[in-house]
Amino acid sequence: MTATTKGGLSLTLHVWRQPNAAAAGKMVKYQATDISPDMSFLEMLDVVNEGLIAVGNDPIAFDHDCREGICGSCGMMINGAAHGPMKLTTACQLHMRSFKDGDDIFIEPWRATAFPVVKDLVVDRSAFDRIIQAGGFVSARTGAAQDGNAIPISKVAADESMDAAACIGCGACVAACPNASASLFTAAKVTHLGLLPQGQPERFRRALQMVEQMDLEHFGGCTLFGECQEACPKGISIDSMMHLNRDFLLATATAKEEKSEMGAG
Amino acid sequence: MELKSKIPSGPLADKWDKHKFEMKLVNPANKRKYHVIVVGSGLAGASAAATMSELGYQVSCFCFQDSPRRAHSIAAQGGINAAKNYQNDGDSIWRLFYDTVKGGDFRSREANVYRLAQISVNIIDQCVAQGVPFAREYGGLLANRSFGGAQVSRTFYARGQTGQQLLLGAYQALEKEIARGGVKMYNRHEMLELVIVDGKARGIITRDLITGEIESHLADAVVLGTGGYGNAYFLSTNAKGCNVTATYRAYQRGAAFANPCFTQIHPTCIPQSGDHQSKLTLMSESLRNDGRVWVPKSQADCGLPPSEIPEQNRDYYLERKYPSFGNLSPRDIASRAAKEVCDEGRGVGPGGRGVYLDFADAIGRLGVHMITERYGNLFEMYERITDENPYERPMRIYPAVHYTMGGLWVDYNLMSTIPGLHVIGEANFSDHGANRLGASALMQGLADGYFVIPYTIGDYLASSKPEPITADHAEVRRSMESVLARQTRLLGIKGKRTVDSFHRQLGHLMWEKCGMARNASGLKEALNEIPKLREEFWQNVTVPGSGAELNQSLEKAGRVADFLEFSELMCLDALTREESCGGHFREEYQDAGEAMRNDEKFAFVSAWEYAGSGKAPILHKEPLEFENVHLSTRSYK
Ligand SMILES: Cc1cc2nc3c(=O)[nH]c(=O)nc-3n(C[C@H](O)[C@H](O)[C@H](O)COP(=O)(O)OP(=O)(O)OC[C@H]3O[C@@H](n4cnc5c(N)ncnc54)[C@H](O)[C@@H]3O)c2cc1C
Ligand code: FES
Repeated sequence: MTATTKGGLSLTLHVWRQPNAAAAGKMVKYQATDISPDMSFLEMLDVVNEGLIAVGNDPIAFDHDCREGICGSCGMMINGAAHGPMKLTTACQLHMRSFKDGDDIFIEPWRATAFPVVKDLVVDRSAFDRIIQAGGFVSARTGAAQDGNAIPISKVAADESMDAAACIGCGACVAACPNASASLFTAAKVTHLGLLPQGQPERFRRALQMVEQMDLEHFGGCTLFGECQEACPKGISIDSMMHLNRDFLLATATAKEEKSEMGAG
Repeated sequence: MELKSKIPSGPLADKWDKHKFEMKLVNPANKRKYHVIVVGSGLAGASAAATMSELGYQVSCFCFQDSPRRAHSIAAQGGINAAKNYQNDGDSIWRLFYDTVKGGDFRSREANVYRLAQISVNIIDQCVAQGVPFAREYGGLLANRSFGGAQVSRTFYARGQTGQQLLLGAYQALEKEIARGGVKMYNRHEMLELVIVDGKARGIITRDLITGEIESHLADAVVLGTGGYGNAYFLSTNAKGCNVTATYRAYQRGAAFANPCFTQIHPTCIPQSGDHQSKLTLMSESLRNDGRVWVPKSQADCGLPPSEIPEQNRDYYLERKYPSFGNLSPRDIASRAAKEVCDEGRGVGPGGRGVYLDFADAIGRLGVHMITERYGNLFEMYERITDENPYERPMRIYPAVHYTMGGLWVDYNLMSTIPGLHVIGEANFSDHGANRLGASALMQGLADGYFVIPYTIGDYLASSKPEPITADHAEVRRSMESVLARQTRLLGIKGKRTVDSFHRQLGHLMWEKCGMARNASGLKEALNEIPKLREEFWQNVTVPGSGAELNQSLEKAGRVADFLEFSELMCLDALTREESCGGHFREEYQDAGEAMRNDEKFAFVSAWEYAGSGKAPILHKEPLEFENVHLSTRSYK
């Protein structure tokens, strides 16, 4: 395959380097030269890393996989913004045409107590999995399902449910929130399932247990700053908080017994 | 090695029911005494792990990402097939079966495909019950669309994010079982070796990608759902981490590898923009429902903006060559046709490697709103990557490596030639023959995971009754040592070239010689070049850092080392198969551009047995019999 490259950019990167969770980290400066505006942000980091490896240095570690904005692996603060300057765009889908020749770019990992740094830009987001474990599912054992068309679901509800289900679990909402709250993530799942008939039987229990897990994981509370919604690459709306708050309130009012049984607080 | 397909006797439509009845059951109270390892948390792995746990087995599940939700399945866009016939347009289990066998160019097993078509209907029910927000009509019923090569509307979808929503359904079921204690999840763990004791698969050796620790995990059976090997080409639509390591290691330990040369090139990907390119992005095939594919009739027009090329100077070559299927021609045909017009010098965009996919007619007919509703997120993605607005200017697309039909050989029970080693999803070879139809991989992954393996694993466990083993078994220690030795070797080379530079070079070679069109002399060249490149890799690669930390270069090095061996097997298989079928197009075997299958000589599955390092692998053939679908030339004209 042949291809063309447009005029290259020269950039100064300031990147958070931290060898492991226990070690101290610091910002380190790198020059990135001849960067094509058609490159993605991660391809730019690939180029820098190839240069580092060639001279025997440790490349910058960052999580990535799909590079299509859907797996939620990539995530970093770029010039202070989660996933960088472009709205509704993950770091892997951000292209270097969003930057100018000579720019300084500051690259840091997500910062949150619940997301400890593993190395450089890689953080541990397993707290999200545990929030899902607490109730982010419908208990539909394989094989027990009725016909898919047995319960009609209005297109409006299905669409709204899908809007919330689009969350990719990247953690940008937590990183952007001054309280490092996981409320948008949690609310998105509660909304996705709560809008569907299949999600009704466990609806209140789900909201209660997921919120409790969120607290156990040391995420902060939501004070409706709205930064999460701004940072979300999938455009998950803060309106989903309404569903979460309502279900949570109703749950605490009606499910006291269940709660004490669980012993969580 | 003997290939026993274990296809049940009796009429096609009754085989699976009969088999389910005849299989041995594990008593409910005994299930928890059995431990099953599932490697992979994609659609196949997650659904299998969750379902086996629901049944009562103890399950350990592994993935290399930081969460099971990030498996490559998440990226599937277009949809999932099922023979529901909700549209009343003449679909049926039989038709889905027939289309899949024919679409696979008669290189798959009838019995497996029929079972897949039967199960397809249960999958949709299961996913709806889990809360998968499929697209719906205003009346509240499930919506369908027709997809790549199908003449009925049987594809279910959730916007352009079907894989994501299906995977989240399976992931949530998995997390539910993790919380219940039925599944122990190992994120950021990579399987690097298979443990075989007394001829049976009994465990795996993994590397904890954070601490670097090499660990053994033992069980009564192992299930691989580790996905496809499209990244042998470096540039593909697969996620960056997709690899062949798990299946290749199983091959080296005795599992036959089937049809490794059957790879699928997808016709609608965004063309490469430069040498920095790290992966290619798919534009869902559903776009071909409304987009029209064309290039300029004359090479001289290729540099003009598309709006300045009048209608009479455009060649809608798919509509011209395949009038009845037109823009919906199957993937292999559409891909080769694009290559052909670009080879003629009529391609557009950088390097002349692109064709137009034009929505102007559809926008005129349906309105912008409808097009946005259908493809909004894809159009946005296209614009983000190319900086061009597809509402105003036709998209540029080009074929790219997308899917691998080849995989570990499995019998009807999805067990490989190693007893106790089962293989599900894209990692096995079973259902798609030489070409997979659109929206059928998601169906197969979930069929295998939710509805096949949970039954067949019980039959294996009940009939094989594995003996207990412990981590100090000599075989376990030997396997751990071989993993460590290989890692030490990779870290010790300290040469001058990066892992990626080798991977790119291999990928380029594979694309040129074993890509969309292949011929004997090119394949022989590749077979000559690959060992040299491998040799250089082991002399001159540089892997910084140590084994006792998060070391992404080391992870890549191990995967590329395996691709450097496995790609040779792909070329050998392609060279041996002297016919053109599905995604495997041998230039010598064509009739004016149309593929020429040779059923007399090649109606078989190639199953390769590893014969040891430096020795030529041994070819075994599983003959394919077609009792229900008449062998015919695939024609989409
Ligand atoms: C861009 C794109 C779009 C697609 N769209 C569609 C579509 O619309 N419809 C359709 O039917 N199909 C589609 N496909 C194909 C389909 O998505 C895949 O074939 C399918 O999802 C594969 O699922 P899987 O479970 O077999 O493997 P994967 O989803 O690839 O999962 C593999 C799992 O194995 C793990 N793994 C791999 N190696 C190791 C190892 N060594 N150690 C530990 N863990 C390991 C990974 O961590 C992962 O969890 C698409 C594919 C692509 C690339
Ligand atoms: S790498 Fe998957 S979302 Fe960015």
